[in-house]
Amino acid sequence: MATVTGVSVADEVPGPPERSPLSADGAGTRRLGDRLFGGAAQGAGILVIALVTLVGLFLLWQAVPALARNEAGFLTSREWTVSGDHPRFGIVELLWTTVVSSLIAMAIAVPVGVAVALFITQYAPRWLAKPAANLVDLLAAVPSIIYGLWGLRTFGPKYEPVQTFLQDKLGAFPLLSKTSVSGSGTVMFIGIVLAIMVLPIVTALSREVFAQTPVAHKEGALALGATRWEMIRTAVLPFGRPGVISASMLALGRALGETIAVTIIVSTLADQTVWSWSLFNGGETFASRIANNAQEFDSPQKAGAFIAAGLVLFILTFIVNAVARIVIERRKAFSE
Amino acid sequence: MAKRIDVSDLNVYYGAFKAVEGVTMTVEPRSVTAFIGPSGCGKSTFLRTLNRMHEVIPGGRVEGKVMLDDQDLYASGVDPVAVRRTVGMVFQRPNPFPTMSIYDNVAAGLKLNGLKGKKKLDDVVEKSLKGANLWNEVKDRLNKPGAGLSGGQQQRLCIARAIAVEPQVLLMDEPCSALDPISTLAIEDLIGELKSKYTIVIVTHNMQQAARVSDRTAFFNLAATGKPGQLVEVDDTQRIFNNPSVKATEDYISGRFG
Repeated sequence: MATVTGVSVADEVPGPPERSPLSADGAGTRRLGDRLFGGAAQGAGILVIALVTLVGLFLLWQAVPALARNEAGFLTSREWTVSGDHPRFGIVELLWTTVVSSLIAMAIAVPVGVAVALFITQYAPRWLAKPAANLVDLLAAVPSIIYGLWGLRTFGPKYEPVQTFLQDKLGAFPLLSKTSVSGSGTVMFIGIVLAIMVLPIVTALSREVFAQTPVAHKEGALALGATRWEMIRTAVLPFGRPGVISASMLALGRALGETIAVTIIVSTLADQTVWSWSLFNGGETFASRIANNAQEFDSPQKAGAFIAAGLVLFILTFIVNAVARIVIERRKAFSE
Repeated sequence: MAKRIDVSDLNVYYGAFKAVEGVTMTVEPRSVTAFIGPSGCGKSTFLRTLNRMHEVIPGGRVEGKVMLDDQDLYASGVDPVAVRRTVGMVFQRPNPFPTMSIYDNVAAGLKLNGLKGKKKLDDVVEKSLKGANLWNEVKDRLNKPGAGLSGGQQQRLCIARAIAVEPQVLLMDEPCSALDPISTLAIEDLIGELKSKYTIVIVTHNMQQAARVSDRTAFFNLAATGKPGQLVEVDDTQRIFNNPSVKATEDYISGRFG
């Protein structure tokens, strides 16, 4: 064989004996370690999906009987009477307060967070960037009860004059009109406190993506005669856009679900209070309504009503995440 | 268009480290000048001082003079941003903006300059893409991402982007080193066409390329390891490759270096 032209030694030694040259030795897929790790990863993936599904099913399971007995429009009513033979409850007020306070939080936290991240990554000298970044990260670790207490005791009294001023000067706008709530327990104030709470999330994640902007893109912009801000606009912001969206959605999820800080700050509205669209109204979010009434979960019907509210919050965060995904996917061809 | 560059006694530093020392040379307008030399000899660093891009790197600074016709690039009050609008640059790796379409990539510099009006932009984009020999390949997909083009097309897109703002000088830092031979040839042809309008300076590690495209060649070298890079000689390309006046140049070109 070895004398035949074109045949090399390798042809005669096809790897381990008793196996045709092209059959795998299992190095890629069949070794024990690979199988264990692959199985573990797959299991973890399935576990997460199963958990989410089960949580959804649990909420649905518990909520449906209570919803079936509800005599008011669940999505349209402001009433909240969950006991007795004729329960009447609806979530419209909870939905309004939750969504509006979170939107206020985002309106403040996203621009400020992105600006802070840009400052840390693009403007700050190196000796300042590192400590500033650490400080922001530290802010993310402050428990929400601390934000609640601080908002209630320290920041609230300072904020009240501003609110009074705005109401006096701009009260003609329905969104800023006077309401029965006098202190700082308003939707607007919750939004501001939530903004401070989620700011470090937006900042930390945005900072990570901005810092990864390829030097080639930044130099490309600068070589065209871009100023620093123009370079940021042409290279850094477009590169970081998906990251900023993800960060915002994570922050929005936290703001929507934030419980304890909101619960101790907000002024709950008494029954029969006249409804107002004002941002200076009180009200409750899904989470604070549930937390405030935890002691009432003594019958399946009562608990079911609160769980139904929880289900709406669950769906709300789902929608938020889905929208974020769609926004990011749509621009994918332009982000590689 | 197309200006002469006069460099006199230029030192370049990164922090305390002196990267390039004592460069004095003239770059003629409407010609191609190639910088050759071993890696790390400071030719790219020196190239960057011609449009003040070295200042992007922390600690980058120069001593000496760079004149663009009668304008001193380093006179006080000269804005590096304005310098870079006059002296364009193409990089080693094609770097189109990934989030932008082909059209927007070419228009990016124009928009920075405040050029508005769709018609005007359309015209300049078409002219620049034609100038970069890319128009026929992309005219039907101007709104597709620039990152979807091949490497050679991306590099020509970057050249189109650079010439769209009508610079006086075009600096190219190893523009073909990441490209295959056919794309390289396309870029070299393009350089030959562009020199009728621009002053072109190209850094290259490819000796044949320097011989093919350039009118004048500058050879850079390190005096010794750890010493700053310096200009050994600059002369007509013909002369540098056939009959250089310094022995080190001949050694380098003929591969007997070191």
